[in-house]
Amino acid sequence: MKKTFKIGGVHPHDNKISSAAAIEVFPAIETAYVSMAQHLGAPATPVVAVGDKVKVGQVIAEPAGFISGYVHSPVSGTVKSVGPRADIAGNMVPHVEITVEGDEWMEGIDTSDTIVKDIPYSPEEIIAKVKACGIVGLGGASFPTHVKLAPPKDKKAECLILNGTECEPYLTSDDRIMRERPVEILIGGAIMMKALGVTRGYVGIEENKPEAIASMQKAAAEFPQIEVVVLRKRYPQGGEKQLIDAVIRRQVPSGALPIDTGAVVQNVGTSLAVYEAVQKNKPLIDNVITVTGSCLPVQHNYKVRIGTPMSKILEVAGGLPENAAKVISGGPMMGRAIANLDAATVKANGAILVLTDKETRRGPETSCIRCSKCAQACPMGLEPWLLNKLSRAGGRYDELEAERIFDCIECGCCSFTCPAGIPLLDMIRINKAEVMKIMRSRVKK
Amino acid sequence: MNKLIVSPSPHTHGRESTQSLMRDVLIALAPAMLVAILASGWSVLMLLVVGVASCMLTEFLIQKYLLKRPVTISDLSAAVTGCLLALNLPPNSPWWLIVIGSIVAIGVAKMTFGGLGQNIFNPALVGRVFLLVSFPVLMTSWSDDGSLFGIVDAFSGATPLGAVKEGLKNGMTLSQIADDNLTFSQEFFFNAGGSAGELSAIALILGFIYLLCRRVIKATIPVTILCTVFVVSGIFWLADPERFTNPVFNLFTGGLLLGAIFMATDYVTSPMTTKGQIIFGIGIGLITVFVRYFGSYPEGVSFAILIMNCTVPLLNKYCKPRRFGEVKKNG
Amino acid sequence: MTGTILFTIACLVALGLLFAVVLYFVAQKFKVEEDPRIATVESILPGANCGGCGQAGCHAFAENVVKAPGMDGFFCPVGGNPVMTKIAEALGRAVEEKAPMVAVVRCQGSFANRARTNDYDGYASCKVMASLYAGDTACKYGCLGKGDCAAACKFDAIHVDPATGIATVDQDKCTACGACVKACPKGVIELRAKGFKDRRVCVMCINKDKGAVTRKACSAGCIGCGKCAKACPFEAITVENNVAYIDFSKCKMCRKCVDECPTHAIQAVNFPPKPAAPATPATPAAPAAPAAPVTPEKPKPHEENV
Repeated sequence: MKKTFKIGGVHPHDNKISSAAAIEVFPAIETAYVSMAQHLGAPATPVVAVGDKVKVGQVIAEPAGFISGYVHSPVSGTVKSVGPRADIAGNMVPHVEITVEGDEWMEGIDTSDTIVKDIPYSPEEIIAKVKACGIVGLGGASFPTHVKLAPPKDKKAECLILNGTECEPYLTSDDRIMRERPVEILIGGAIMMKALGVTRGYVGIEENKPEAIASMQKAAAEFPQIEVVVLRKRYPQGGEKQLIDAVIRRQVPSGALPIDTGAVVQNVGTSLAVYEAVQKNKPLIDNVITVTGSCLPVQHNYKVRIGTPMSKILEVAGGLPENAAKVISGGPMMGRAIANLDAATVKANGAILVLTDKETRRGPETSCIRCSKCAQACPMGLEPWLLNKLSRAGGRYDELEAERIFDCIECGCCSFTCPAGIPLLDMIRINKAEVMKIMRSRVKK
Repeated sequence: MNKLIVSPSPHTHGRESTQSLMRDVLIALAPAMLVAILASGWSVLMLLVVGVASCMLTEFLIQKYLLKRPVTISDLSAAVTGCLLALNLPPNSPWWLIVIGSIVAIGVAKMTFGGLGQNIFNPALVGRVFLLVSFPVLMTSWSDDGSLFGIVDAFSGATPLGAVKEGLKNGMTLSQIADDNLTFSQEFFFNAGGSAGELSAIALILGFIYLLCRRVIKATIPVTILCTVFVVSGIFWLADPERFTNPVFNLFTGGLLLGAIFMATDYVTSPMTTKGQIIFGIGIGLITVFVRYFGSYPEGVSFAILIMNCTVPLLNKYCKPRRFGEVKKNG
Repeated sequence: MTGTILFTIACLVALGLLFAVVLYFVAQKFKVEEDPRIATVESILPGANCGGCGQAGCHAFAENVVKAPGMDGFFCPVGGNPVMTKIAEALGRAVEEKAPMVAVVRCQGSFANRARTNDYDGYASCKVMASLYAGDTACKYGCLGKGDCAAACKFDAIHVDPATGIATVDQDKCTACGACVKACPKGVIELRAKGFKDRRVCVMCINKDKGAVTRKACSAGCIGCGKCAKACPFEAITVENNVAYIDFSKCKMCRKCVDECPTHAIQAVNFPPKPAAPATPATPAAPAAPAAPVTPEKPKPHEENV
């Protein structure tokens, strides 16, 4: 009986049509538009000016707060402008625009493929290197990794869990890196375990990736402290809280953080980036992006430098087909629909998904039939029908807080499942933000 | 190229819709409908057709002309009500009886509350109970023209439960009543003398399995109701076998199986959490047994379900689902 | 048979009397003593409980105005000056008359003026749309047209016109309670003076992008050129962040700014049609009322339009 999380979950079709596409290096671009908002928290402050020459891996922005990170140039060339540019939602965000000239890397970065297994650094040095290389969580949330690897004094880390589940349909970038670079991922895991001071590590992989499982299990033979755990295929198996529940059978208490269970979760892509940062001095300047969709003639997994316009990626991939209706940054369950295709990629972008009208157009909303399938699907044990009703009524934040709207992980299982076609998550999401704002202001007082 | 679509996530949807769920219920009822037609004749088919038609017509007319709102009969919920109502009536009922029942079921029990999703009481049961109270003679004399293909002879008389209630009132003991009536195996496979939907337990159970496999309902409510009826009636039967019918008899007679599988599990009028559903099921089971044993009506399922429907808002308010990361209160 | 009926009637009557006595005593015992003036004031108020006064409903307004020493800070926008005068009389106080206000949707970004750049398929709420992205046009400041304002209005005074895709206010029904202003996530709606004879002039745009960007996004947007500010003889117009703003307390409704505006972003409502300008060699035959959209031929004469 394979392990899985206990409450809720849905089974969307996994559509892993791009899993056979080996990782290709994306061709060189002419201009890179590097966003300052590459991570959760405050956008980084640029430290370059127009006309400066930069090399690959050079620091171009510094953290602007505790939850913030360094940003490095993904290309070598000249800084053309420093100013606002529209992101995928059309909102203006500070960017550094660099005209590409050649591909010169900073000294000290090891660009060879040799695998370096030895970890001669202390935990503090590891965390400093991870911070200096601008590593953020590549599972989508972009949380600065150096903050996660140094939990507060009163929280004790007991184990590391590497998230190789990739539960979102269509996405296969994690699948590919587990197949192609398993040893480096595990070394990254070992590095993070050393930084955290833990002796147990796990890699959670969903059962629909047999090649990745085999590849990681073979590599894990040399890492006795890390165990590969095969998990049932179920969405959202890759949710941090659900993964901890499945692997070590502990549930993060309501309103608390995962570290309270002793587990620290990192995406396998982050682990690979940590390996490259600590062992090769390579800052985070590229990521594997799955370019997929049933209407695309060819599926790809590209290794793309950050700052590449999405329109360019689609162009190289063969262009947007006539019947393309929606382009999503991420997967179909939690990804963000792109309004502005010229927006440039950021560190945590893992996929560009193209859907047709039939695959994505919402049906009409009809009356709730009180079937409670939304509540059965909710992995956090909430009642989305009630949260949606209270949200639409407006102003009922006390009741929403009592119904634990703050525990919502915005996975989309409720909207996905509702037979009446009610967009439950739309209103729940914005009321959750309101309630959390109220809760935070209470703590400040 | 057309403009890109932008919306909040999720960007895809599961396969179920209200219409697909209602369609599955109709498919699950098909074996019972078939058995009823085979056993009691074409009159049952007439009731089904008239029932479905009058329910859907009532809903259409009210939505389009009275409320002036979008017409939603394509979601098939009115069709399900029509079928359930037809299966709850005596096979020889006249067409106008089910038309009245449909108007009450849809017009009064469903639309006055606000339409699908807003009603407190199960519409088919409200229709049935209204007819029972308004036309007691028509609703309690069970007769049919005999089955198609001569499987069983024509039947006229009271249902087994009716015979039991009459007999006990007249001072007979159960063994005496039983001599006049059917054997147990006949009841399980084909039970003469019942409303069209009571006739075959096997057909209903097949429908139940279909609904479970298609994930339309969970087994909680039907299983809880049947277990409660079995256990409670078993206790009474053990105490006095001549006065209280045995638990197996209770499971297979009356509209219990039909009610437990198709009526009590109606989404709108049943609780939304497992805890609530268990309490709901126990309540229905208890009330059914008490009405059968101590009430003046021979059958209690309809009343039991309607009474427990009243408690559903309360059950929804106080029975919450199992939360993730439940913080256990220190004792 | 009659005995039973009589007995039943007697029981019910007795029960009724018993409950009446009990309720009377309970009502007396748990009575809340209240200043009788509060009830008087409350009966004068319209009873809409809309919160437009800033109080928590009409009863709260009545309570607080009776407790307060004067009438300062109390104004019921629904009842307006007549109601406030009556309340002042009832309390033996003096009150100043306030100029009536009306909600104005400061946007002319209709489908015709402002091209849609994407197709929004989410839940029809401006708040959801605004939190998701910059909107389905190239102007991220304008009216989103999903009707959060209409849903918030208790007086049926604001609706999204399906032909234009933006919200419009019915000035006769609007009570200036401010609910729509609070509901709008873009801050497009403003409460402005209704004006002498309901005439008023307003810049119908809040777009803070540079002029060239605004122009590309919407043909009726304010490009922040400043010609209106220069033309205004009363210094009522300020241009800040690439957008002009008319201070309604200073505006004398001369409408010079309306004529100057190159994009017709400034609107003057409820003015009579201007006489045709005399023909001069430099100008071609002048059409009537060039830049002041007047409403006599429109079906709803008092609706703010685009």
